[in-house]
Amino acid sequence: MQLELPATSLPSAGLQSLRFRVTAGRFAYGLLLILPSLVFLLPFTVWPAIKVVVSSLFLADIAHPQPSFIGLGNFAAEFGNEVFWQVMRNTVLFAGFTVPLSIGLALLLAVEVNKKLRLVGVFRTALFYPTILPTVGAAAIWLFVYAPGLGLADRFLGLFGSYDHNWLGDPALVLPALMVMMIWKQTGYFMVFYLAGLQGLPQEVFEAAALDGARGWRMLRSLTIPLLSGTTVFVSTIALIDSFQTVDQLFILTQGGPNNASNLLLFWLYQEGFRNFNFGRASAVTVIMMALLLAVSLVNYRQLDRAAHYES
Amino acid sequence: MIAGRRLDTLRSNLLLTVVCLVWVVPLVWALGTSVRAPGEPVGTGFLWLPGRPSLANFAEAWSAAPFVTYYLNTIVICGGILAVQLFTITLAGYAFARVPFPGRELLFSLFILQLMLPLTVLAVPNFLTMRDLHLINTKLAIMLPYMASGFGVFLMRQAFRSVPLELEEAGRLDGCQWWQVLWHVYLPLTRPALVAFGLVSVTFHWNDFLWPLLVTNTPNARPLTVGLASFALAGENGAQFPLIMAGTLLVMAPLLLGFFLFQRQFVSSFIRSGIR
Repeated sequence: MQLELPATSLPSAGLQSLRFRVTAGRFAYGLLLILPSLVFLLPFTVWPAIKVVVSSLFLADIAHPQPSFIGLGNFAAEFGNEVFWQVMRNTVLFAGFTVPLSIGLALLLAVEVNKKLRLVGVFRTALFYPTILPTVGAAAIWLFVYAPGLGLADRFLGLFGSYDHNWLGDPALVLPALMVMMIWKQTGYFMVFYLAGLQGLPQEVFEAAALDGARGWRMLRSLTIPLLSGTTVFVSTIALIDSFQTVDQLFILTQGGPNNASNLLLFWLYQEGFRNFNFGRASAVTVIMMALLLAVSLVNYRQLDRAAHYES
Repeated sequence: MIAGRRLDTLRSNLLLTVVCLVWVVPLVWALGTSVRAPGEPVGTGFLWLPGRPSLANFAEAWSAAPFVTYYLNTIVICGGILAVQLFTITLAGYAFARVPFPGRELLFSLFILQLMLPLTVLAVPNFLTMRDLHLINTKLAIMLPYMASGFGVFLMRQAFRSVPLELEEAGRLDGCQWWQVLWHVYLPLTRPALVAFGLVSVTFHWNDFLWPLLVTNTPNARPLTVGLASFALAGENGAQFPLIMAGTLLVMAPLLLGFFLFQRQFVSSFIRSGIR
């Protein structure tokens, strides 16, 4: 027994150390491959995400260049600021209108451009091209579209006798005007996801339904929309994330005005940081924004997980 | 049945024609305005298109702002980011797809974090980092945060996973090192994914605005989008719309041309960009 023990433990110890060496080697090998990415990912994504949570707890504005701890003071200041609530209201309204409208339109158009039409290629191009335009460039064009009296919007309405709206200067019109541009810019992008979804569906189901006399609206409501619900979850998430991040066009079109009527969360974040030079409050707004985005992504991630289970 | 289908086709064509006209009109109108001869008032003529086209506005816009610098900056920024990204996402994508090592899932979740928290949102802390590194007003500051790509790693992981494992084993048996397997086996088979990533990356960085705006304050390091914004805002009051439209089209032209030429490639690449 006593003699046997070293005899049996020797190879097992050797195996263990070999296994450890293999594991350590694998780890080093894996880490080596990921290292080039980590060099950029850690300092510019992971670290700032942590740092901003910390700096949101510090008073750091132009009068206090040396940050001092104030707990949740920055958040309290934001929550006590009327402008912040106006911005939140605008952001929710903006998402609440642009997301469902652009997705609904995208679905309808996808069904249409999935048909065998002679000009289908031209139609798809015409609907998708705004996706690849720089938002500031698109906004410069829409600045002209909305030019009072002179622009396309007023000229078109002029045909019906209503003329000279100050689209971007009227607090009641400015947010809807931005929504229209957003829908124009995004719908084609969402449409191609639906188009891909439609092309992945079994054609026989639609043929069978057509033989049973299902057409148009009924086919859409009771067959197409339920079958594409996975795509809808996916596209809604992208749309919501994009909508929360809307900012570029505000620089060109409105600067958030008039009177913050078109101010959105990311533009407000920019103003707090780079116009009011209050990096403490800007950090607090960043944390609020991060919480919003993570919430949307987590919901989506769970949905995708479910979808993956369903597929396999 | 046949008659019904014809009616259906007619209705679809009609609907799509109307919607597409609405979609195309802003661009066509911008184009029409940009080629208006100087002095010809905006909004006259048939369908408000110019009577006698002229490229004078393009020439004036080109000389009114340092577009050559902006162009070079944008090209360097897009090219620099893409070159580094292709390197980082290939290696990391391979590791996450084919090298089982402890801590892999945890490390992968860091990349997922980048998909969830786009860098525009982290602009404030990243700006402070760049300031501390004395990189404000450099192209490097614009490029650095983007050189690791969660989207790219995700995309390449999927692509590498679809390569049959037997091919790697065959390569190893022939005595190939891991980088040789990667270069000769994996990369040729995953070129479509790399091309798709490249298109999305270049389009995104060509169009990116907020981050370059924040870390630059002179034309030296500024890309086209930031240059266009100051150009458009400077001209807005004087109703210089033909000039602004010419500048806008100068900025958008390369991507628009590329899109019209390689439409299918663009659309299929952008479908992949949906991962977030």
